[in-house]
Amino acid sequence: MQKPTVAVITGYGINSDAELAHSFKLAGADPLRVHINDLIAGKPSLSGFDIIAVPGGFSFGDHIASGRVFANKLKHSLADALRDAAQQGVPMIGICNGFQVLVKLGLLPGGLRKSADKADLFRQDATLTFNDSGRFEDRWCHLAGDLESHCIWTRGIARIYLPIRHGEGKFIPRDAESLEALRRNGQICLRYCTATGDNLGEGESAYPANPNGSVDHIAGVCSPDGLIFGLMPHPEAHMLATNHPQWQKLGLRGEGEGIRIFRNAVEYVGSRKLAKAG
Amino acid sequence: MLTRIEVGQKNPATDSPARKVLSSIQENFHLPVARVAVIAAYTLEMELSDSESRSIAEELLTDPITESVSIHKPLAGTSPSNSDFDFVVEVGFKPGVTDNVGRSSREGIADLLGRKLTDEDQVFTSRQFLLWSGQSQALTRADAEILATKLFANPLIETYVIRSREEWKKSPGIPAQSGRVTFKHQPESRSIDLPDDDAGLTKLSDEKILALTIAEMRAIKAYYADPALTARRAAAGLPAAPTDVELEVIAQTWSEHCKHKIFAADVDYTDEKGERHAIHSLFKTYIRAATEKVKPVAPWLKSVFTDNAGIIAFSDGWDIAMKAETHNSPSALDPYGGAMTGIVGVNRDILGCGMGCKPIFNTDVFCFASPFYSKPIPEKLHHPRRILKEVHRGVRDGGNESGIPTVNGSIVFDDRFLGKPLVFCGTGGLIPSEVGGKPSWQKSIEPGDRIVMAGGRIGKDGIHGATFSSAALTEASPTSAVQIGDPITQKKLGDFLLEARDLGLYRFVTDNGAGGLSSSLGEMAKESGGAQAGHDGQGIEGNHSGPGAESSHGGGCKLHLEKAPLKYAGLDPWEILVSEAQERMSFAVPTEHLSAFMELAARRGVEASDLGEFTNDGLFQAYFQGKVVCSLDMDFLHEGNPKLHLQARWTPPRHAEPPPSFWTGRDLKAEALELLGALNICSKESWVRQYDHEVQGMSVIKPFVGEKADGPSDAAVIRPLYDRKEGLVVSHGIVPRYSDIDAYHMTACALDEAVRNAVAVGARPGYIAGLDNFCWPDPVESESTPDGQYKMAQLVRSNQALYDYCVAYGLPLISGKDSMKNDYGRGKDRISVPPTLLFTAIAKIDDVEKTITMDAKSAGDTVYVLGATHDEMGASEYFLARGLMGNSVPKVDAKSALALYHRLADAIEAGLVRSAHDCSDGGLFIALAEVCMAGRLGAKVDLSALPVAVDGDSGRSVSASLPTGVKLFSESQSRFVLTVQPQHIPAFEKILSGSACARIGQIQSSPTLEIRDGAAAVFSAGLDEMFTCWRKPLDW
Repeated sequence: MQKPTVAVITGYGINSDAELAHSFKLAGADPLRVHINDLIAGKPSLSGFDIIAVPGGFSFGDHIASGRVFANKLKHSLADALRDAAQQGVPMIGICNGFQVLVKLGLLPGGLRKSADKADLFRQDATLTFNDSGRFEDRWCHLAGDLESHCIWTRGIARIYLPIRHGEGKFIPRDAESLEALRRNGQICLRYCTATGDNLGEGESAYPANPNGSVDHIAGVCSPDGLIFGLMPHPEAHMLATNHPQWQKLGLRGEGEGIRIFRNAVEYVGSRKLAKAG
Repeated sequence: MLTRIEVGQKNPATDSPARKVLSSIQENFHLPVARVAVIAAYTLEMELSDSESRSIAEELLTDPITESVSIHKPLAGTSPSNSDFDFVVEVGFKPGVTDNVGRSSREGIADLLGRKLTDEDQVFTSRQFLLWSGQSQALTRADAEILATKLFANPLIETYVIRSREEWKKSPGIPAQSGRVTFKHQPESRSIDLPDDDAGLTKLSDEKILALTIAEMRAIKAYYADPALTARRAAAGLPAAPTDVELEVIAQTWSEHCKHKIFAADVDYTDEKGERHAIHSLFKTYIRAATEKVKPVAPWLKSVFTDNAGIIAFSDGWDIAMKAETHNSPSALDPYGGAMTGIVGVNRDILGCGMGCKPIFNTDVFCFASPFYSKPIPEKLHHPRRILKEVHRGVRDGGNESGIPTVNGSIVFDDRFLGKPLVFCGTGGLIPSEVGGKPSWQKSIEPGDRIVMAGGRIGKDGIHGATFSSAALTEASPTSAVQIGDPITQKKLGDFLLEARDLGLYRFVTDNGAGGLSSSLGEMAKESGGAQAGHDGQGIEGNHSGPGAESSHGGGCKLHLEKAPLKYAGLDPWEILVSEAQERMSFAVPTEHLSAFMELAARRGVEASDLGEFTNDGLFQAYFQGKVVCSLDMDFLHEGNPKLHLQARWTPPRHAEPPPSFWTGRDLKAEALELLGALNICSKESWVRQYDHEVQGMSVIKPFVGEKADGPSDAAVIRPLYDRKEGLVVSHGIVPRYSDIDAYHMTACALDEAVRNAVAVGARPGYIAGLDNFCWPDPVESESTPDGQYKMAQLVRSNQALYDYCVAYGLPLISGKDSMKNDYGRGKDRISVPPTLLFTAIAKIDDVEKTITMDAKSAGDTVYVLGATHDEMGASEYFLARGLMGNSVPKVDAKSALALYHRLADAIEAGLVRSAHDCSDGGLFIALAEVCMAGRLGAKVDLSALPVAVDGDSGRSVSASLPTGVKLFSESQSRFVLTVQPQHIPAFEKILSGSACARIGQIQSSPTLEIRDGAAAVFSAGLDEMFTCWRKPLDW
């Protein structure tokens, strides 16, 4: 069967596209780094891809707020294609700045809104804002996946070790009610945890294990249908075992843990294609 | 019309930026402020309907979850959390200063409105700080003024207004104000008569900030006095006297910054025996000669000293380029903008190296005065604490936003860096060995090729940067010499460049750095028609190769200055030509590819402009609105500057030695713990962690290693090609304090430190290349520099060491740079930096999976010391902490060091070494402490077996009695602390036989470092206590 195709969107300060494309390649996909202006021009069209990925970076320099200007561009220039993709169940991932983009666009955590009015399809319902520390940090974090979640990207991942590299990664839902809904729906598929996988306590003592002060230690969330996934940590930065900060001591070799996330999506697309073909 | 929109946080709990400002006020200024709130203001100058303004405000500028917004009226005073403040300070940019947020907002507005904006449609941003007094003490206007000028705004580039509570009540809000630049000036070019006398010529150079010497001014005078030239000029419609454009072009091209006149000078050097030596160009005699000598054993050299950066072969089909730069003077005046421009500027050197390299890593090294400096700060200088914070923030933002990992660096403290902070920024790049079927390091220009500039626009920013950096800082230093970087415009430009390279759309590329178009096109014009084929000698603004290279025949360009895109109208033609506005590259585009080049640029959101053509008539010509304003002979422009003749005299300094009883009765434990907290030794984690050090996914050894990733690694290792195991090691050495004894040994030690750092992770001499960055005080004897001969002798000695050790190590230099005027002020109040050499090393390794880190890995592993320890306490961290200098500066024994490095490389390659850490600042004790802290493991160590030499016959290490303090703190070079697993001991010791190497102890699980010297217990402390000392000074 043909490998699933992935649109790895680039441009305007996106900067983790090369390693993300390579990670998808390692996971068995056929990625293409494609500039957003080419997608807007329809060369190529976004609708041709099996998976859509918004990589990390500093789109528009995080000016105004992280991800906002790029989200604004997607909303006003690629709304139809994104709507179609979401409606057709194309898996999407936003990593770090890509997560910020999908949240500011409104595709996460709520997914595409049901509305006849095109202007109302996308509405921001949570945010990613300044770290409590008030600064950008690069550090590795232990993460716990929710095995009950129906997120197709984190399927079977109980624990994973990935770096964060951001200044605006504190996830805040609209209110207590929407947080409860996220919990209930199994949309909180990735949380910061202790080195032994335990829950972090509340308050300042959770730092730096929870590096940004995220509500409920949220590191990643998915849409209600589990297809759209966003996370602040960088799985593509752990594509090779030698990316792990202690690989020498632990004797690690070969592929990195981060690839599991991409392989999940590749397998999901593969099985869906099989189902369709069958 | 003006629309003012203000945005602020709804809930102070989520306003961590405001909290950071508050803690800075309380900790550094001790002013009675209890609370701070920050409001972002956007002033939109464009026609907008009410509903459009509302959409922009609510959908683009405001976060619906955390922020609130107001349009046309102040946000302050609308809710309890932003009311009843005592003062408000609003800070905005001066007209014409780069406003990056404004530019992104403008692009967002265009997307949102779905229409193109005109050049008239602008967005200006400002920030409002609301300040509440503390309970017990009221904030005064004078306090607010201090905060406005020392914390919120840099008055050089920003304006501010202060309103008290009463003033605000009377008239709430700050009125919307356009930040547009409006010059009433009609641009023109004028001719400038050259005075006949020296005094007049000097005055002209000073007034116009040309930074030209009297000899140079005379050479210009002589050039224009030629009747044949006058006739030719008359025929072309030019006056006999130079135009302002011509004079500026000559000054930029001949600046110390671009021409490296000191490194090219004839030097009369008198050594310590009184013997005189004639040196014709330090660059040729030592730097280039060293590389020439090593070349036969370094077949992997591709391009050295000829381009923006040096290039070495890396892997089959791939090469690596590297360059390091300084940006000292701009960082002194505007530390944030200056430092950011430093890092994005050196990124451009890499983008413009060969046919264009992809930047894959950054390095940064800073030299500052102590952030705790408590004496008065001279006029125009900032407090070193502000310098540290802002330079760090500038380099951080520049690197992070560009998506280039900062993999290696350091911060060095010495109070003489108050006079000028040193900001070294390096970048490495990856390039296919061939582009379009030709070696990628070669490039050419054909007459008729178009001159295309792409990237940012030109403004008054950075005018005279090159000439200004070639002079000492004074109270009167020009404000226009500062630029602010715009990493996103450059990221777009860089992405575009690599795409255009692979499509074969250009023939030549270089960056616009110091000297602007004048410098980049001046250099490119030399290449037109193969004028400089062979590339031997002269660099492109970048390398300190200096003049005297092969003379150019032909070449030339014809430039139309009015076609250059400007940030605002009203620039004179000379300003367009020499502006150092950032984020610009110059290309030579064959006419047949011009439309494809322009079309791709447009699709990538990059502005590109066709400015004219390259020629082959030997003239650098510029036109403005159809009229010729510059016509200079290429030969004169590039070869016409007179050589400098400099005097150098080396008289070794004699410093006081400590008394003979010095080592008796000392509390070595207390002193050791104190040394952990020395500024040059303590942990820099909170600063380094703010750099993205692993974007691009290549990271193999990070700046932090060990159990909790907080041990300082010796060198970075990256894997530039994801699917290959070959790696690149990046390290550096720098130790300016040794210059106080002898700059020769300062240089040898810096070089050795870079090499041993690389060897510590698994590199092997033989595939290591070096980069030299000199930052010197002015070494030219004059009224303001009476000790110029001594400083020049230090420079000579430094170069001699560079030559000696590069040759001894088989280590070629591939690129370098010199910054020669790092002084503040004049006369007796002059502050000169210590002579400083940053030595950067890059090494290729075959298998990243064999590299090792510095942290102790398991209890039971044996601790070794490699390399001989001598009584070399001179200028050591330990001595300096006690106010001593001494004379026994560490010396490098190249022969034994090289043998040791090869043996260690063998042992690492054989998998016999568990950890390796180099001994440097603070000596053996600090290295041991770091190994244990990083591994969260203790150690039991006995110093009695410490090797001091090797027995020539048996190859065995010899120990001897040295004072315990010397064993702990001497900074003898070429030494390591290793840990080795018990089962590997025999094989390891066999390989190391012949080098100084001894077992001194064992790693233990108990978290305590215990050191004995024979029978005497010397030191015992828990890791927690050590961590506290080590982290405390700079953990903020």
